[in-house]
Amino acid sequence: MPSDYWQTLRLTLALAACTTALLLVLGLPLAYGLAQWRSRFKPLAEAVVSLPLVLPPTVIGFYLLVAFSDSSALGRFLIDKLGISLNFTFPGILVGSLVYSLPFMVQPLQAGFGQVPPALSEAAYTLGKSRLTTLWRVLLPNMRPALLNGLVLTFAHTLGEFGVVLMIGGSLPGSTRVASIAIYDEVQSLHYAQANAYAFTLLGVAFAILVGLYWFTRRHAERLL
Amino acid sequence: MLDFHLLKALHTAAGPRTLDVRLTLAPGELLALSGPSGAGKTTMLRLLAGLDRPDGGFIEAENKTWYRHERRQWLPPQQRQLGFVFQSYALFPNMTVRQNLAFAATGQPQPARLIAELLETLELTALADRRPAVLSGGQQQRVALARALAARPRLLLLDEPLAALDLPTRLRLQQVLAEVHRQFELTTILISHDPAEITRLADRVLELDLGQVRRLGPPAPAAAPLLGRVVAVLPGGQLRVQLPGGTEVLVSGTAGLGEEIALTVEVARTL
Repeated sequence: MPSDYWQTLRLTLALAACTTALLLVLGLPLAYGLAQWRSRFKPLAEAVVSLPLVLPPTVIGFYLLVAFSDSSALGRFLIDKLGISLNFTFPGILVGSLVYSLPFMVQPLQAGFGQVPPALSEAAYTLGKSRLTTLWRVLLPNMRPALLNGLVLTFAHTLGEFGVVLMIGGSLPGSTRVASIAIYDEVQSLHYAQANAYAFTLLGVAFAILVGLYWFTRRHAERLL
Repeated sequence: MLDFHLLKALHTAAGPRTLDVRLTLAPGELLALSGPSGAGKTTMLRLLAGLDRPDGGFIEAENKTWYRHERRQWLPPQQRQLGFVFQSYALFPNMTVRQNLAFAATGQPQPARLIAELLETLELTALADRRPAVLSGGQQQRVALARALAARPRLLLLDEPLAALDLPTRLRLQQVLAEVHRQFELTTILISHDPAEITRLADRVLELDLGQVRRLGPPAPAAAPLLGRVVAVLPGGQLRVQLPGGTEVLVSGTAGLGEEIALTVEVARTL
C-alpha cells in the first residue's frame, strides 16, 4: 500500500475518534437536559439538534465555511483575536463533524434517558444521592445499550462523512483528506484500484462496528436477567 | 415527629380537586393511608418525600422545616431523612442485592455491619449476590425495604408495598414490617387497601377520598381470619373445608388436600 493510504486512514480514524469523544462529553449533558426539560419550547431545541439529519451536508459545510472565514464576525474574531484559522485545517473539519454528527449522539442518549424508569432516579434521590451520583451510578449503567448506540453511530457516521469535510477542508493530504474524499479523488483520476482499497476498508470497518454493536446489545440484555 | 399541612391540585376522574390534609404524627407511630384510587394517597407520599412540590402548606419533621410555602422554603428529597418504598420497588437493575444496599448505606457509620444486619433481618443473605431481575415479587419487596432502611431513615413511606403479593407472602412481610418499624424506631406511613393488614399494623388510619380526609382514627377492628383445613377437593373448583369446631363447609377456590387456608366471606345478597 502507498504511504498516503495509511496517512488518509489514520486521519479518518483520528477525526472519527475525536468527534466521538468530544460529542460524548457535549452530548451527555445536552441529552440529559432535553430528557428532563418540560417546556413548550422543547420541540424547538429538539429541532435544532436534529437539523443536521435533514440538511444536505453541503449546506452545513457552506455555512460553516462562511462562518469561519474573515468575511464573518465570528471568523474575524477567531482569526484576529485568537489566531485560529479553521478553514482547510483538521480542527476545522473536526468542528464540522461535531455539528454534523450531533444528532447521532444526542438522540440515542435522550431516548436512553427516557427509557430508564423515573422511579429509579427518585429512589436514588430519597437515598440522599445527588443528581450527579444518580447519573453516574444509576442512569448511565442502566442505559449502556443507548450509550453504545450513540458512540457507534457517531463514529460510523463520521467515518463516512463527505460533504461537510469537502466544503470546510477541501482535500489536503495529511490534514483534511479523509477516506471518503480520497475515494472521490481517486475515481476522478481513474485510479479504481486505489479507490477500491479505501472503499473496501470503510465497508469492512462499518460492518465490524455494527456486528459488535448488535452482539453487545444482545449480551447486555441477557446479563441483566 | 411529623407535622404537616399539604395542599396540591389533583386531577381526578371526577374532575379537578384539591388534596388538603393537615396531620401530626407522633414519633414511632404507624399510619395507614387508604382510599379509592385517585384519592391522592401516592401524591401525599410524594409531597412528603420531596419528589413533588406542594401548592401550599408546610412540612415540619423533628423540628426541622422541610417545606413552608409562605417562606418559599423547600428541602430537596436528598436532605430529608426518609426512606421511600415504591410500588414498583424501583431496585437498581445494574446492582446486586448487596450493592443496592451498599449504595444506600454510603455515608452511614459502619456500613458493612448495617448491610449484614439488614440482609439477616430481611432473610436476604442467601440472595445477596443476585440481581433484582431474578428475584420473586416478595423477595424484591424485601430488598426494597432493606435498601430504604440502609439509609437509616427516621420516616418510612411505603406506597402500597404489599398489594402485588400473594397472601402467604403478604402475611410474612406484614410481620417483617411490624418488626423493622419497632426495631429501627421509625415513624411510618403505609398505603394499604387491605383492612386486615391495616388492623394488624397501624396505630391510626387516614381515609382519603378525592383529596379530602374522610376519616381519621383507630383502625376498625377486623374479625380474626377464619382458618380451615381442606378435607376434599371436588370437581368444579369446589373445596370441602373443615372449620376449627368440626363443622364442614363447601367453598369455591383452589387449594391442595390437607392445606390450611384462610376463608373470606363475600356477601352476594343482603337479606
